[in-house]
Amino acid sequence: MSQVSLTIDGIEVQAAPGTSVLEAAKKAGIKIPTLCYLEEINEIGACRICLVEVQGARTLQASCVTPVAPGMVVRTNTPAVRHARKLNLELIMSNHPQECLTCPRSTNCELQQLASELGITEIRFSGANPSYEPDLSSASLVRDPRKCILCRRCVSVCEKVQQVSAIAPQERGFNTIVAPAFLEPLGDTACVNCGQCALVCPTAAIHEKDQTAEVWAALSDPRKHVVVQTAPAVRVSIGEMFGLEPGSVVTGQMVAALRKLGFDKVFDTDFTADLTIMEEGSELLQRIQNGGRLPLITSCSPGWIKFIEHFYPRLLPHLSTCKSPQQMFGALAKTYYAEKSGIDPADIFVVSIMPCTAKKFEAGRQGMNGSGYQDVDVVLTTRELGRMLKEAGIDFNSLTEEEYDHPLGISTGAGVIFGSTGGVMEAALRTAYELVTGRTLPTLDFKEVRGLAGIKEASVDLNGTVLNVAVANGLANAREMMDRVKNGKRYHFIEIMCCPGGCIGGGGQPIPTNKEIRTKRAAGIYSADESMPLRKSHENPAVQALYKEFLGEPLGHKSHELLHTRYTARGKY
Amino acid sequence: MSHGCSCHAQFGREQLEEIEKLLEPYSGQPGSLIQALHKAQNVAGYLPREAQVLVAEKLNVPLTRVYGVVSFYSLFTTKPKGRHKIHVCTGTACYVRGASRLLNQLEDQLQIKPGDTTKDGQFSVDVVRCLGACGLGPVVTVDEDVYGRVNNGKLDDILSKYSRE
Repeated sequence: MSQVSLTIDGIEVQAAPGTSVLEAAKKAGIKIPTLCYLEEINEIGACRICLVEVQGARTLQASCVTPVAPGMVVRTNTPAVRHARKLNLELIMSNHPQECLTCPRSTNCELQQLASELGITEIRFSGANPSYEPDLSSASLVRDPRKCILCRRCVSVCEKVQQVSAIAPQERGFNTIVAPAFLEPLGDTACVNCGQCALVCPTAAIHEKDQTAEVWAALSDPRKHVVVQTAPAVRVSIGEMFGLEPGSVVTGQMVAALRKLGFDKVFDTDFTADLTIMEEGSELLQRIQNGGRLPLITSCSPGWIKFIEHFYPRLLPHLSTCKSPQQMFGALAKTYYAEKSGIDPADIFVVSIMPCTAKKFEAGRQGMNGSGYQDVDVVLTTRELGRMLKEAGIDFNSLTEEEYDHPLGISTGAGVIFGSTGGVMEAALRTAYELVTGRTLPTLDFKEVRGLAGIKEASVDLNGTVLNVAVANGLANAREMMDRVKNGKRYHFIEIMCCPGGCIGGGGQPIPTNKEIRTKRAAGIYSADESMPLRKSHENPAVQALYKEFLGEPLGHKSHELLHTRYTARGKY
Repeated sequence: MSHGCSCHAQFGREQLEEIEKLLEPYSGQPGSLIQALHKAQNVAGYLPREAQVLVAEKLNVPLTRVYGVVSFYSLFTTKPKGRHKIHVCTGTACYVRGASRLLNQLEDQLQIKPGDTTKDGQFSVDVVRCLGACGLGPVVTVDEDVYGRVNNGKLDDILSKYSRE
């Protein structure tokens, strides 16, 4: 299609028809400030911060919803534009609590930053502020409606990207509130705790439930033996909390930092990711051989689990019965590790560092106490860990790399790639291929299942048996996959991750998280995989030892007790 | 709302079945949400949670959006209405001619606030903005009947008339 030619601030700009003035300006290197705008997800012109002058138009136009037109003359920096943007921002701020000093998003708040960029130096207006209380009902997320600026980004993400629709604008006028239907507590709804809302909230109106105090208390309790596990995706994102490029692989520094914080042992969820491959892979082969329910669907992602429990309860028998790597770790830490190290499991305190808010909910699910204790005591997100490290005054970037502790810190590249969409599938294929064919894989990379595409499919030949597999990330895509399964499309194995991009784009990851940043973090994951000496789960010597010393065999009696679980059908409303 | 409606009816299976039938033409049409809600509200005079869930399911609209519309428009209500629905106009003309005195009187005598229904289910009181009869202000309507130039004495008479019906 031919390009549209227009002028922005005196510069000739070419743009495809249908492009917004905002996007066209961005391509020309002209920055227009935005607040409610979220590329491709929330383009509604609600906040009126991105106003521009369009020659011939009666009023200022919101550039995010104004399409380019041939010969259009746009000016983004006139006295009228600056005045209007500033006034609109002042009105938005007029009922926003002035609590920046104590706010969890202070210094990482888009409203705060915009106020600074637009030169707001005084609060001139004081608007009516409805007295909605914070909603503390969710195990994962806190809603603080007082801080909400009604930009609707969270609503769009929840409706379009995740298709959960747990929240929407309710009531009207000054009483408008983004909330579940009937203003019910979030914890009582079909919210899956994915935290994508918290990731896109420009302020602190939705944020993770902060549990750092519980971890500080455990660390300073001399009776507690505090062990920590780190999820695959945290090592490629925690650096962002300290100004590093997204995707920087900082595994060694992170291990050193956790030791400095006072954890008695620093272990790796990658170890139980490898273990998951052994259990889930065996489950897949068993179901194929015994005519069990197919496709088998992965069960690592707790947001996805709650989603299928609410929206596709009839498909629950397709789920792998494997607990997630986080929960397998907790169960083993308080049994196998306790036995091996001679520590009373009652004194062991397990902390997880996760890219995920839903993991907080998962740790409290029924049946997550196979060890006889709550398997995982506290789950912290990447962001919470970042805050603890800052509070402890740890100079992250200057730390010397350190190694994980043994044995629950030993892992392979197959464990690392669990952090990205397609990773669980690829790890499973590496092992399944070798176990079934008895041959060594010529090349380890299954590139068809990599990348940020919403749905990916592949067929793999295992000694004459063709395995049809599919991978979906983001719950809208998961829904599409479930509809395909319901309509009879035949697959053997499906990987689903709740968040766009998989765990690298998890709701507990550093803010901002966008497409570009997800791409960089995924690249970090695959480079971490390549740098590992072992890259197939079944070659993990610590996993082999675990079976020999403790579990027996995959899907054995002990595995069933500690590593597998059940699911609950939940209503939609 | 027509006189044939059963505004004070209890909500149960029968009402839900009736709503389900009424929603048939809107099945799978998210764009017909407001119309569908009107039809559903006509059945019992209000929209309890079950009715909204039914609308959500039938039209394939998230419940959060259904409630968003219900809580946005003052025409929709989630509380059962009284046998007689009193509306007091508080538009500018009625307001300056004493609508607030009438509201105070209703609050005192019926012991309810606007938006609520008396315990015996006889009356509900709501506020409206301009009925287009400004010359007759202050205006009060009871069900389909319109009363103009209402003062405290006249309101007394109106209340006693409808408390017997």
